[in-house]
Order: sequence, then C-alpha cells, then structure tokens
Amino acid sequence: MGEKILMKGNEAIGEAAIRAGCRYYFGYPITPQSELTAYMAKKLLKMKNAAFIQAESEIAAINMVYGAAATGVRAMTSSSSPGISLKQEGISYIALAELPCVVVNMMRGGPGLGDIQPSQGDYFQATKGGGHGDYHLIVLAPSSVQELVDLTMDAFDLADKYRNPVMILGDGLLGQMMEAVEFKERPKVDLPDKGDWIITGCKDREPRHIVPFDLDPSVLEKWNYNLGEKYKKIKEKEVRYEAVNTENAELIIVAYGTVARIVKTVISNAKEEGINIGLIRPITLFPFPEKVINKTADNVKKFLVVEMSLGQMVEDVKLSVNGKAEVNFYGRAGGIIPSPEEILKEVKKCL
Amino acid sequence: MKKVFGRPVSLTDVPFTYCPGCHHGIAHRLVAEVLDEFGVRENTIGVCPVGCSVFAYLFFNCDMVCAAHGRAPAIATGIKRSRPDSIVFTYQGDGDLASIGTAEIVHAANRGENITVIFINNAIYGMTGGQMAPTTLAGQITQTSPYGRDPKTMGYPIRVSEMLSTLKGATYISRVALNKPANIIKAKKSIKKAFQVQLDRKGFSLVEILSSCPTNWGLSPVEASKWVEENMIPYYPLGEFRVPEEVA
Amino acid sequence: MAKIVIDEERCKGCELCLTACPKHIITMSDNFNKKGYHPAKQINPEECSGCAFCAITCPDVAIEVFK
Ligand SMILES: Cc1ncc(C[n+]2csc(CCOP(=O)(O)OP(=O)(O)O)c2C)c(N)n1
Ligand code: SF4
Ligand code: SF4
Ligand code: SF4
Ligand SMILES: [Mg+2]
Repeated sequence: MGEKILMKGNEAIGEAAIRAGCRYYFGYPITPQSELTAYMAKKLLKMKNAAFIQAESEIAAINMVYGAAATGVRAMTSSSSPGISLKQEGISYIALAELPCVVVNMMRGGPGLGDIQPSQGDYFQATKGGGHGDYHLIVLAPSSVQELVDLTMDAFDLADKYRNPVMILGDGLLGQMMEAVEFKERPKVDLPDKGDWIITGCKDREPRHIVPFDLDPSVLEKWNYNLGEKYKKIKEKEVRYEAVNTENAELIIVAYGTVARIVKTVISNAKEEGINIGLIRPITLFPFPEKVINKTADNVKKFLVVEMSLGQMVEDVKLSVNGKAEVNFYGRAGGIIPSPEEILKEVKKCL
Repeated sequence: MKKVFGRPVSLTDVPFTYCPGCHHGIAHRLVAEVLDEFGVRENTIGVCPVGCSVFAYLFFNCDMVCAAHGRAPAIATGIKRSRPDSIVFTYQGDGDLASIGTAEIVHAANRGENITVIFINNAIYGMTGGQMAPTTLAGQITQTSPYGRDPKTMGYPIRVSEMLSTLKGATYISRVALNKPANIIKAKKSIKKAFQVQLDRKGFSLVEILSSCPTNWGLSPVEASKWVEENMIPYYPLGEFRVPEEVA
Repeated sequence: MAKIVIDEERCKGCELCLTACPKHIITMSDNFNKKGYHPAKQINPEECSGCAFCAITCPDVAIEVFK
C-alpha cells in the first residue's frame, strides 16, 4: 500500500504518467490543464533519457509524440478543447500508423474559444474519431483524482497493448480539484514486445517504415478492416463502467466524469425523498458500455442522461437501450455545472 | 577497370517515381552518398514529407517515418529527443516546409534541434499539379497565379535560408543548386557538412536545394535546369548563410 | 581508359547527361525502353574520360562509371 497524498488533478496525471514510465512529454499551455504541462517540465527536465518540450503549437506537440512513439518510448501530450482540435490531424495519422500514446483532454466550454469552465462538449470528438477517417481512440473518463491516476497508468498499458492512441477525457473541474490519492503498487501486466515494429535504425535488419497512407485503395481498405478488427476486440475486452443502485431503481441516470460525481449526491438526496434511482457511469466512453445499459433496460423503463453538453452521449445511450426504455436528457452547456437540485428536479419530471 | 561511380547502398533498388529530369532524384542520391560515406545508414532515421517525395521511404535504404504535410520537423524532434544517438533527417518540399510547416521548421531551428533538414525549393507545388508555393518567383505563372505571382497581393517569394539564419539556434544553413555538375559537386559537399554538424552534435542544419520541376514549369528537363540558373539563382543566391562557430 | 554503363531500363530519357558531358559523347537512342523512353547511349566510348559528370547529373542514378 502506498501512502495517500493530497494532489491537484492535473499534477496527479503527471505523476501517474511518470510512474507509468512516460519520459517524453510535449505540450502547449492552455487553461485548465496548464499545471500538468508545468509538472512535466519540473520533473522531466531533471531526468536522464527524458524530454519535455513546450512545443510551438498543439499541432507540433502531437507530431513530436508521433515521432517519439515511433521509436518505442512512452509519450504523451495534454491540452484542453481548442488545443485538442488542433491535435486531431496528428491523432488521425497516429491512429493509422498504430502508434501507442496518451492524449489528455481536460475539457472546457466551447465551441470556439469558448470559456475556461468545465465542460463535456468534446464527447463526440473524442469517441467518434475526432479527426478525419475511420478510427477510434480508447477513451477513458475518470471522475476523481484517484481515477485520474489509475486511468492514466492504465492508459499507457492499453496504448501499448493495442498500439492505439488512448485519450483521458476529463474536464477542468477534475484537473483543478485537490484530493487524496494513492499511487498503488500495480501488478505487472504482460504487454506485447515492441521490438518488431519500432524505428531504431536498421542495424542487423531490413529497414522499417511508419507509413500512414497507401494510395492503393484495396490496401487502405485492408488496413481499415484491420483497425476495425482491433476496435471490435477492444469493445469485447475493455469495457469499464460503474453501476450504483441499479437493482430495483425506478430510473437510471447515465453520466460520466464530473457529472457522475454529482449524480451520486442526487441518488442519496432522492432516497431521502423516497425516490429510488440508480447510476450507470461509463468509465470507458469508447468502448461504450452498451451491453450493461441494454440489459438494464429490460427491467428499468426510464433513463435520464445528464451531461455538461447539449446532448452527445445520450445518442450512445439511445443506441444501447435500443427502444426498450424511455431515454430522457438533461444538460447544461458552455461551462455550467448542473447542481444536484436541478438534476433531482429533472428526475421527478421523468417519473 | 574499377567502378568509380555507382548506386549508393543507402538507396534501395526501387526506381524513383519522379518525372524525367526532376532534380528530386539527384538530391536523394546525394543524401544517400553522404550516409554511405559517414557509414551511418544503419543508424539513420529519415522523415519524408507530403509532396512528390512522399514515396521517399521506398527509396532511402534506412528506417523511415512518413509525416503529415509540413510536420516533419516536429516528428524528427520527437525521434531525435528519444534517440539522441540516431542520425535524423527530414526531406521536405517548399510547400511542405515554407507554407504549411512554417511554424514547425522555424521552431525546430530555433530550438537548435540536432537534426538535418533537406529542403527542396522548386518554386512550386509539384505533387498537386503546379500551384503557387511560398517560393514561387514574382511574375511566375502557376495554376493558382495564372496571371503571374503578384507580390502585392500574393506576397514575395520567401528566402527561407536567409530567414532561418537570423535564428541563433541554427548552426548550419546553406543554399545549393543541382542544375549543373559543378553545382551538384558543391551541393554534395554542403549536405556532407550539414550531416557532419549533426554528427558533431552541434545542432540544427539545413540545406536548401534549388531544384527543378520540369513538369509543372512546362519546360523540358534541360530547359528547366537552365531556368534554375537564369531565374532562381539570381533571386536565391547560393552559398552558406550560417556556419558553425569555430570553438577557439 | 574509362567507360560508362547506362541502365537503359532506369533511364527516363531526360537528356541531362547529354548536356553534362564535356566530351559530347552521349546521345539519345532511337529505341524505346520498357517505360517508353528513348534511353541515353554513349557514342565514341574511347573518348570518355571517366569524369562522371553524366552520372552525377542523372536524376535516376542510371549511369555507372568505370576507370
Ligand atoms: C493538410 C494537407 N493539405 C494539403 C495537402 C495536399 N498536398 C499534397 S502535396 C502538396 C504540396 C506539395 O508541394 P511541395 O511541398 O512544394 O512538394 P513538391 O511536390 O513540390 O516536391 C499539397 C498542398 C495535404 N496532403 N495535406
Ligand atoms: S511534378 Fe515536378 S517535382 Fe514532382 S516529380 Fe514531377 S518534376 Fe518532380
Ligand atoms: S564520364 Fe564524363 S566523358 Fe564519359 S560520358 Fe560521362 S560525362 Fe562524358
Ligand atoms: S540523365 Fe539519366 S535518365 Fe536522363 S537521359 Fe541520361 S541516363 Fe537517362
Ligand atoms: Mg515544391
């Protein structure tokens, strides 16, 4: 058991990444995640066989990740919504090149420059691809500082396991929050050897190439199918969620991240008023926990999706429920966090 | 009789996909010869661009990474920082380096990244069929400057070597041409110097190579080489703009 | 004594070697190669100095020089 220390969310991600063996960080300042960039600077600039670069832009930062990841090291970048938009080009290339890396998005209000308050407006961008082409990231949605730590460490393992970019999708609130965290001893995981694909110079072997294109559509289609197979496997094996009070609930709220924290308060407030509601909290947004939602819809006939957006995840919930139950939505946008009271009011409207 | 000139080992056997007479091929060969002469092929990682040389990964007989349009210097930075003992070079066109990738090249140079950049200035976007490049000469007719480049609204052609040599981070910057044997011999020497700078860990090196695009200039290869001499060199003077400060 | 060998199949008939040769002993063949180009060929090989100007100018690395 490690000891518990009080840490700010953004810094906890940095510490977790370093403990997961990440020595290469490339980023560009943006609120509300700048503490993470600063933390990596403070630590990595003093380490050997490590690099921290404040890049000239998010575009450059993600491409530095591309280069570093191609050589087999654990590499990472982080940003918030507008900066993540700039990274999409690079992420799409990384997806086809099948390079493992971790991208952190501490979402803020949008669109445009938006504001710097917490938001969940980048759900579509994160889970449906984000850049051009047919690809997916693995998307992890922490809802506490402890989970920021655990999921950041998992993110590097998942990236290596599937040779796929992994996104930590948090928000400004989680990044700024101080909580006690523990850096747990982690069981050793068996990860595939990178030795047969990384770019290291061709001594004693044939030259290798990292090539995110093929002008022959029949070849490119095959690569797309291969990616599709990989995503299928990820959907089978990596779904994570938390279910709270789902037995005998009159209504299930589906929420992730910061909103899910608030919903836990709503559940106990509702109980005091004699209303029995439950929560399904997706921890992986891709792969989405569709099976458990579908199964729950056999017994519970009312769902309420709450998001800090105009309604994005609600589409995945509807697909998962597949008409078996009523799916309602409540959202706040532009960086406004819904209060437990207003969520409970929505619950009552649905019942 | 002994072979005194042949194909360098650092080139594969794959025939180039370039148009007849295109100088990209000469530039490839010179880089490959330099890698051979330094004996670093097996420790080299190249980064190729988007442009006519997008297939350069098939031609260089070493590990290669393909970049998004303009991003090669950032990718090379990531590679070099994680493998400081590898020899890392980028190969980029003028649209790639001087337009969409301006930020990446300026900042890689400014950080003094210990990489070598081979910059092919052919005053045009070759791959996409002959549009105006940032290096297109004033008055030059292209698909997107059909009445000639008008500097008043389209800007003046950018002298990349001069611009980058104002940066303290850049160690070696030169401009060469491939339009005749004497210039090719000088170009080779310059490319060799650039890689020497990297081998000595002295920082950022770039060789701008004035290069022909007979196809999109609408000239025969022989005329195109002449056009480099008569039109490009007067505006883009050859020479070294930055050389390593000798440590006394 | 010097000689050059032109790989006719690599040649794209660009004529750059022809203008590079100080002895003017390269010309274009009337034949077509598989790619449909008229490859370069040497005439009066005994005049070749082995200077390799042709070879260093060839964009397709189609010329070897022996001395
Ligand atoms: C983001 C993006 N924008 C545009 C293109 C289209 N494109 C491909 S190559 C090219 C220009 C290449 O010109 P240059 O860099 O001068 O290389 P050259 O072909 O002349 O050697 C462009 C605009 C692209 N591939 N990606
Ligand atoms: S289009 Fe121009 S630059 Fe491209 S291969 Fe042809 S001649 Fe060379
Ligand atoms: S080696 Fe020199 S003399 Fe001989 S053919 Fe080539 S250019 Fe001419
Ligand atoms: S320079 Fe090379 S490709 Fe061009 S004609 Fe001569 S041999 Fe052929
Ligand atoms: Mg060009």
